[in-house]
Amino acid sequence: MSVATSARSMLARASRASSIRSLGSLTAVRTKYTLPDLPYDYGALEPHISGQIMEVHYTKHHQTYVNGINDAQEKFAAASNPAEKVALTSLIKFHGGGHVNHSLFWENLSPTSKDGGAPPSGALASAIDDTWGSLDNFKGKMNTALAGIQGSGWGWLVKDNTTGKLSIITMPNQDPVNTTQFTPLVGIDAWEHAYYLQYKNVKADYFKAIWNVINWKTAEKRFS
Amino acid sequence: MSGTHTLPKLPYAYDALEPYISAQIMELHHSKHHATYVANLNKAISSPKAANTQSLIHFNGGGHINHSIFWNNLTPPSSPDAGKDAAPALIQAIEREFSTFANFQAKFNAALLGIQGSGWGWLVLKQDGNLDIVTTKDQDIVTGGAIAIFGVDMWEHAYYLQYLNGKAAYVDNIWNIINWKYAEGRFTGDVEGEFKELKAML
Repeated sequence: MSVATSARSMLARASRASSIRSLGSLTAVRTKYTLPDLPYDYGALEPHISGQIMEVHYTKHHQTYVNGINDAQEKFAAASNPAEKVALTSLIKFHGGGHVNHSLFWENLSPTSKDGGAPPSGALASAIDDTWGSLDNFKGKMNTALAGIQGSGWGWLVKDNTTGKLSIITMPNQDPVNTTQFTPLVGIDAWEHAYYLQYKNVKADYFKAIWNVINWKTAEKRFS
Repeated sequence: MSGTHTLPKLPYAYDALEPYISAQIMELHHSKHHATYVANLNKAISSPKAANTQSLIHFNGGGHINHSIFWNNLTPPSSPDAGKDAAPALIQAIEREFSTFANFQAKFNAALLGIQGSGWGWLVLKQDGNLDIVTTKDQDIVTGGAIAIFGVDMWEHAYYLQYLNGKAAYVDNIWNIINWKYAEGRFTGDVEGEFKELKAML
């Protein structure tokens, strides 16, 4: 599978995984990706993630990835030889990955007044207990993984598509989860722009706080 | 094994780079971020048997080296060192390599803005004597026998509190506070011994 095809299929997955508006035919070369609707207000995740962070993160950062993937796709379509196309794959992966990751992220967050922070139930809860002993123990392991990222990146709770087993993985920059191998259940953005205005260098506090707004209902849907 | 690494003193006040880099950014960047690289480097060196020691030394040691150069290659905008006149040999070499200074600047800015994630942009002097623009990811240092002439930190913590997502403005503004005298010194002098022992550990 070429990188471009793979990026398209990942984008298709992201759009299916969320309740965002239809992205139209993904086989059409010039399909324009659009910023999905945020399922809550910018201030809805306070005090755990500030309204200012959410607004800049969504309207500026995510929008830039959407613009970037559209721009790269257009150039890819117009490229007249394979070398030119290959040169664009890094941009497609970066901006396409950024679009996929953020689309999943918004959906796996929720205000505490709604589903945010309410622990998982059913099969996912059992799987977490089987794997890590307890939800708290899992959170601790995930926070350690997040804190250990050397640069920009993401932490994910994933399900292995073959074995069904849960694990914690980290991905550098905007590299998306390999969805042939894994189903992403919960993603946490560890780029500095995700927390810096509120938490500055104390990223451990952000990782602790974000569990108050994790939407485990979304994770359960992705799990099953 | 080298001794304990220490946070170097900043060669100017936290607010000295305003309005281009805010005092708040400088204080956090130096007293928290750089200090954390130093602390974690020392910690990693003192626990050599941990599974990830090498990776921690590489990352935190790189962070210590990169920031140490960075502080020195910046200077208050009112300083005579912030003028290109302070780097006659280097500017001549830049114009030879990149045709014009404006062309160099455009290429350097494009390289900085093209970094996908955290990293640094550098003007380097290669072993063959030519200048080049390189980027290094995360806290990787300049390698391959090249000498870093000056660097620009493109981690979001370097500009976010002031510029938010507008990193192009940060990149434009940084030219007002490049320490050309220091850059000239690195271009014409011998800096190969710099952090020699630590670099060998990365």
